[in-house]
Amino acid sequence: MDKKITFRDPEILLAHGSGGRASRRLVEGLILAILGSEELEKLEDAATIKIGDEEVLVTTDSYVVHPRKFPGGSIGELSVNGTINDLAVSGAEPLGITLAFILEAGLKSEDLKEELEAIRSAARAVGVEVVAGDTKVVEHSKADGIFITSTGIGRRHPKANLSINRVVTGDRLLISGPVGDHGITVLLARGDLDLVSDKLRSDTRAVWPMVRSLLDNFGDSIKWMRDPTRGGLATTLNEFASASGMRVVMEEDSIVVHDEVRGACEILGLDPFHIANEGQFIAVLSEDIADSALELISCMNGGSEARLFGYVERDEIPIVLCRTSFGATRVLDTLSGDPLPRIC
Amino acid sequence: MTKNPNIVICAFGDVLRVPGSKVSPLEVKARGGDIRMVYSPLDALKIAQANPDKEIVFFAIGFETTAPSTALTILKAHASGVNNFSVFCNHVTIGPPLRSILENGELSLNGFIGPGHVSTVIGTRPYDFVAEEFNTPLVVSGFEPVDILESILMLVRMTNQGYAAIENQYVRAVARDGNPAAIGAMTEVFEERTSFEWRGLGFIDNSALRIKDKYDKFDAEAKFEMEEIKSPEPKGAICGSVLIGAKRPQECALLGVSCTPEHPIGALMVSSEGACAAYFTYIHRTKVKIGD
Repeated sequence: MDKKITFRDPEILLAHGSGGRASRRLVEGLILAILGSEELEKLEDAATIKIGDEEVLVTTDSYVVHPRKFPGGSIGELSVNGTINDLAVSGAEPLGITLAFILEAGLKSEDLKEELEAIRSAARAVGVEVVAGDTKVVEHSKADGIFITSTGIGRRHPKANLSINRVVTGDRLLISGPVGDHGITVLLARGDLDLVSDKLRSDTRAVWPMVRSLLDNFGDSIKWMRDPTRGGLATTLNEFASASGMRVVMEEDSIVVHDEVRGACEILGLDPFHIANEGQFIAVLSEDIADSALELISCMNGGSEARLFGYVERDEIPIVLCRTSFGATRVLDTLSGDPLPRIC
Repeated sequence: MTKNPNIVICAFGDVLRVPGSKVSPLEVKARGGDIRMVYSPLDALKIAQANPDKEIVFFAIGFETTAPSTALTILKAHASGVNNFSVFCNHVTIGPPLRSILENGELSLNGFIGPGHVSTVIGTRPYDFVAEEFNTPLVVSGFEPVDILESILMLVRMTNQGYAAIENQYVRAVARDGNPAAIGAMTEVFEERTSFEWRGLGFIDNSALRIKDKYDKFDAEAKFEMEEIKSPEPKGAICGSVLIGAKRPQECALLGVSCTPEHPIGALMVSSEGACAAYFTYIHRTKVKIGD
């Protein structure tokens, strides 16, 4: 998996934005080839900038979700939560965010106001402020209502010592909750399918409170974290496997997948492990504290569906293996192509 | 067709990734072609009714599994009097290719696991010739892991006891005579094509369906001018031999080199259940060694 990736695709397809294999080709084969720097090439969720002795973490993300509003959230909340989560899984406490809006002429002012209010309440929920911003307006039909780019600035948690190089055989995997809720909620909200669910909600939320407790209590024993957004859990685990040279072994039954998500995936031929999440994180942690860490998260607000779901081991062939409920083992691959574009 | 800005092509998701003679539908879509993914042909009909100024073409594909829903959609279109909807019918039938595979001298095969979904429609009777004429057992199977295991057990039993029959493991969904309503809709709308070209298998007589003249208002082939489609085997590929079990996917020089799940060259790489896609994932990538 370490071989140099080249980008030969003649044009940009939606799959290049899926977070899966095509995205990797674009990012590593084209963007890094031209813009690569030592920090950028780490491909972490947030970059570290040293100012004197202080380490500042910076992350940036764009949001183009369609439809703009869906059960459980909207583009405004996503643009705050997603950016806070990228900082959180990098072990950083959010200090402030900046927002850049691209607005399409003809957008209802009321709709913009609603999104600004959603942004305000999502930011307040984690005690962070919007500290800078920009607005641009493009002609009607040159964008889709609102696109938002947000940048987050954070400070490293004093006990955070996250590094993929510290992961060893036997380390356990923890996930903060169910998978697939966000992607399937957005898909159903588009109304193209004759599928509806009254119960299903996007899982969009800031995971910083949970991450902070883990770091407060277990510091060094938390080795690596990531939020499984585009491309889902499977893609995130594959990125971990190829970056760490470790094999991931996971138990399919250990992960909570809501019935609505499972049902929609079965009908549509999708794998819940490839579906985007917006309010979850996975953590690789030391075996000795794994049970205590799960107990801690389980007792927190929104943590009742957290689970330990597997372990890692050093192996020549770093892939993700999934033990199924009937005892077989399947290879869980990176998302290829894009089943659901514009999910965040 | 995709160059005409007034035409909207609708197809199942899998189809969008299949390479065309020059580009895949997804690439056409990236360049602005109006190609939409639908989960049912009825959704394509709805798009036609909602967009009377556009011309909607549903690219219909599949065995008898999907053919009834296409037939039903054409009947609904006929009843509703819509005139901006047509179907490019590429439906195929299971019997003729099965016969063609059995007639191939290279074939080395002990039995068949029969297709569960197709059989819910056509029943098990159409497979009788497999046992009667070719002395080969066939078990129609469900899709759960235990279904497949039981079907293999049933094949092993027949082989050990030295007889060949058509057996039905998927009794909870498949009746001996299939689904009469679905068959009725197909019979009303479709007739056999005299011949159809299969990737890797060549031309097989009476192996595909076309829309009857009675419904030619909804037949894209009658409505639009179409070039004759050739489907030669890709250079260097051995899809045909893999398809009949004469060669294994890893004997193909293209496997994992130019033919991957993301850029499939042969049909067996397109969806995850294809033989080459499975070999790619489980053997090529994991470098697991298996004996012959």
